[in-house]
Amino acid sequence: MANIISDETMEYVGILAKLELSDAEKEAAKRDMGRMLDYIDKLNELDTSGVEPMSHVFPVSNVFREDVVENGDEHEKMLVNAPKVKDGMYQVPKTVE
Amino acid sequence: MSKQYETVIGLEVHVELATKTKIFCSCSTEFGGAPNTHTCPVCTGMPGSLPVLNKKVVEYAMAVGLATNCQITRHCKFDRKNYFYPDNPQNYQISQLYAPICRNGYVEIETENGSKKIGIHEIHMEEDAGKLIHDEWEDCSLVDYNRSGVPLIEIVSEPDMRSAEEVIAYLDKLRLIIQYLGASDCKLQEGSMRADVNLSVREVGAKEFGTRTEMKNLNSFKAIGRAIEGERARQIELLEEGKQVIQETRRWDDNKEASHAMRSKEDAQDYRYFPEPDLVPVDISEEWIEEVRSRQPELRTEKLIRYKEEFDIPEYDAKILTSSKQMADLFEAATALCGKPKKVSNWLMVETMRLLKENGQEPEDLKFSPEHLAKLVELADAGTINSTVAKEVFEHIFYEDIDPEAYVEEKGLKTVNDEGALRETIERVIAANPQSVADYKGGKEKALGFLVGQTMKEMKGKANPAMVNQILKELL
Repeated sequence: MANIISDETMEYVGILAKLELSDAEKEAAKRDMGRMLDYIDKLNELDTSGVEPMSHVFPVSNVFREDVVENGDEHEKMLVNAPKVKDGMYQVPKTVE
Repeated sequence: MSKQYETVIGLEVHVELATKTKIFCSCSTEFGGAPNTHTCPVCTGMPGSLPVLNKKVVEYAMAVGLATNCQITRHCKFDRKNYFYPDNPQNYQISQLYAPICRNGYVEIETENGSKKIGIHEIHMEEDAGKLIHDEWEDCSLVDYNRSGVPLIEIVSEPDMRSAEEVIAYLDKLRLIIQYLGASDCKLQEGSMRADVNLSVREVGAKEFGTRTEMKNLNSFKAIGRAIEGERARQIELLEEGKQVIQETRRWDDNKEASHAMRSKEDAQDYRYFPEPDLVPVDISEEWIEEVRSRQPELRTEKLIRYKEEFDIPEYDAKILTSSKQMADLFEAATALCGKPKKVSNWLMVETMRLLKENGQEPEDLKFSPEHLAKLVELADAGTINSTVAKEVFEHIFYEDIDPEAYVEEKGLKTVNDEGALRETIERVIAANPQSVADYKGGKEKALGFLVGQTMKEMKGKANPAMVNQILKELL
């Protein structure tokens, strides 16, 4: 494996993903991420000069909706997925910036 | 303070677009619905749901870009901005980083020091987040996703402003352009227009910019002015003490007239932007741009010229009439109905502005119809009602949008032009006030005014004042 993920990188990625990993999980994730980067290195061996960067996998553009209200009030169905409900709202742990 | 400092300001302005539906789903954007009644799997980030772009959002963004002299990006794409926060149910916001829809524009502002161009770096389209309500009692937060997915454009200026005055002139200019386009109502208090201020200071003559801070939570022009003065003073004080300005986001508290740090660059988010795979690119053709351009309504600058040429309205008056779209629309519609632009302008400039001020309202709050104003102008002009009565009727139009014709009829407010009736009343007034009559005959001109007043009182204010004067003089 050519790419070695440092402990600092692992720590940082964990913070960004809001994941608390055990030491064993960290080691496994480091190996996985190293392999992914190796694969990218492999792709980088290809000569892509003169190739237009692709912005989407399908050669399609301009898929639009007209500005017309079609959805009605389905809040009861929507709130079925809420961890907890209070006053018609999703109740979550206190979050203040 | 020995050194001279210069303030450098750039603005990030978020504007909520006036579409009927959200940017990526057909939920209503209507304000004030019960919590979560305007939500669906797309705007709550349910797995498997897919966004579809609202065409109107693209057209509004193009319209604003064209009106601010921007280049429209022909091949435009969306990107994901990743962060975790409960108001953002997908854990990413769909925005534009690499190919925003508009770039390299400017608007011209007028201040006491003359006119100046403020550069627009870019305008991009994105979705708004939900609303978080903090429940102190249960120590939890509650989320309403009605606003999640409401379309926004973010207008990023160049760091071209140097004072609070310039910032306010720039915001006012943007607000008017966007209101005239009908792309948003741009109400700062209600949050349909939000401005973040990026500010740094440097010694006059310095080439490099100082370290900047970003100020959030500014919801009125006054708060923006105070926040700029406050932040400038805070940064200069740090520099004078030999300390450094830290690059950070600060939150303005307008009650305390002070700001506090929200987050610094060290713990700044790493948003890990990447191209949005769920949306296909938007290709904008020359034809589409021309179509949007041809639909652009007349903007304020053009109206100012036309009001002078077509209606002979002085520049000062035209500026007030066009200071909001509502006012300009009212003026034009009422003028078209009665054909008396100067009279209409006068009602708007004097009585309307007075009542707005008395009620602490903005021209955007005007509710009355141009038909009723036009009718009032005609009633007053034809002498059907006198000017005192007209003012009273206007107040009812302003508050209740009454039909002045029906109102005048119903309340019996028509001016009495009947010479016989006037003569009779005046004879009674003369008989009842011998002292005033004697005073007048003895050379006291003021006594005539008193007699006119008494006659008007007898006639309940409805007499034609010119006729009263004439008959009184004749009888005396």
